Amino acid sequence: MKQANTPIAICAGLACLFAATTASADAVTPDKVMFDDLEVKTSLTGAPGDAKAGKKWFANRKLGNCLACHVNKDLANQPFHGEVGPPMDGAGDRYTQEQLRGILVDSKAVFGPDTIMPGFYRVDPGARTAKKFKGKTILSGEQIEDIIAYVMTLKE
Amino acid sequence: MKVSIKAGLVAAIAFAGFAVTGSTLADEGLPEGVTAVKATPPSKDHPLDEILSGWTFRTPETQALQQDDFENPGYLWVERGEALWSEVDGSAGKACASCHNDAADSMKGVGAEMPKWDAKLNRPLTMEQRINNCRTENMGAKEWKWESTQMLSMTSYVRNQSRGMPVNVQADGPMASWVAKGKEVYYTRVGQLDMSCANCHEANYGKYIRADFLSQGHSNGFPTYRLKWQKIGSLHRRFKGCMKNIRATPYKVGGDEFVALEVYLAQRGKGLQVEAPAVRN
Ligand code: HEC
Ligand code: HEC
Ligand code: HEC
Repeated sequence: MKQANTPIAICAGLACLFAATTASADAVTPDKVMFDDLEVKTSLTGAPGDAKAGKKWFANRKLGNCLACHVNKDLANQPFHGEVGPPMDGAGDRYTQEQLRGILVDSKAVFGPDTIMPGFYRVDPGARTAKKFKGKTILSGEQIEDIIAYVMTLKE
Repeated sequence: MKVSIKAGLVAAIAFAGFAVTGSTLADEGLPEGVTAVKATPPSKDHPLDEILSGWTFRTPETQALQQDDFENPGYLWVERGEALWSEVDGSAGKACASCHNDAADSMKGVGAEMPKWDAKLNRPLTMEQRINNCRTENMGAKEWKWESTQMLSMTSYVRNQSRGMPVNVQADGPMASWVAKGKEVYYTRVGQLDMSCANCHEANYGKYIRADFLSQGHSNGFPTYRLKWQKIGSLHRRFKGCMKNIRATPYKVGGDEFVALEVYLAQRGKGLQVEAPAVRN
């Protein structure tokens, strides 16, 4: 894992800036996410995720689209695995749920400001967000918990 | 169609996941009218070690379409532009040819220097804006729409007169602030996916992002025939597509932000040969 040296205080500060407008049934809304030493300890829904659903979100181009950047042997039946990020094989051995939650919620808080990986639970991180996506996170808290559960199954 | 073995090798290397280097290309595997598909960065502080045309990153099948003008589907627009060149239009009763005579002489090199500073308007003009300026001011004719068949045909025809010549946009003097503005647009993260042009075209070229093999995103091939579009398209249309993909609201086609971005991109790819009309997937 890359050593990230982003000060956590700043990330927590940024999290405070998030618009609290997302209509969300999730227990922890994007503005309430707490980072603790590059991890997010509390489940975003208060419930464990569904790995089977997570597998779907991982591949879905309109949702996680994780496959755009990560090769994943477990999805060998799907065409076109990108190679922008490291392969996902064995990620369940390398990371804890709490670490994965941190990476997925706000990759920049973990990998630093230059990463290409999007933060999936952030509201309007970039300028000029298209109308259709304004005020919305890429994934819901539930989908993120599902993906975490799925990635935890990727053992070598 | 000739498909070079070396071009095939490049694709094989690409599939293996290594960054493509121009040095693996043989001279025989070149687009028609072009003698090189890479350039040396003019200075040490250039963000790229090697400036590589988008051609380098395409499959042998796509490359082959650009190795022979008879196979190049974009050439149809060049031919349409050639016909339009001597067609009278507007209240002054003039054609482009009335003032500019033979485009092969008068327009040679012009496309390599676009966007070009216009002293009267005190701003740079893209090829599209330059042509429309001649239409309204010199011909008494109506502007052509940016992405209209006429405009695409004329920009393809005029730019084709500079094919094989190195991109050489003015970057100093009054153009400097436009280069700076374009650079800012290039490096600003936008959209729900929160990415800048550099995230894909500087940090990750030579890699697959899902099914797409990332190039350095240069402008030397425009107007470009895209197999996906099934037609030729402008550089600003491409900008728009890239911004939409990261879920951002694109800037206005022909607006100052995109003009500045075009100026910066030309400066970034300085030395690459004009390939218009290039073929991409
Ligand atoms: C646009 C490309 C991109 C997308 C999309 C993307 N990632 Fe990443 N990811 C990266 C990059 C690049 C890294 C490596 C960290 C760095 O250097 O920025 C990374 C790192 C990771 C890591 C740490 C891997 C390791 O072995 O160190 C995990 C886990 C991860 N991503 C999961 C995901 C999941 C799950 C998704 C989908 C919800 C996803 N990523 C979507 C680019 C992406
Ligand atoms: C009545 C004469 C006239 C006509 C007709 C005319 N132009 Fe021009 N054009 C000019 C002049 C004069 C310039 C020099 C710039 C200026 O001061 O406007 C010019 C400049 C240009 C340039 C920039 C040349 C450079 O060196 O940068 C392009 C490109 C161009 N014209 C294209 C066209 C096209 C295409 C048409 C037809 C649609 C056309 N022009 C019709 C007079 C004309
Ligand atoms: C998510 C990644 C991504 C981002 C961000 C992105 N592009 Fe692209 N771009 C692509 C892909 C994929 C292609 C098609 C393959 C290639 O040439 O890289 C492409 C193609 C291009 C091309 C055509 C290159 C050629 O040779 O025909 C240009 C020019 C371009 N992009 C400019 C930009 C600009 C300017 C920006 C910022 C506003 C941008 N791109 C942002 C992914 C991206």
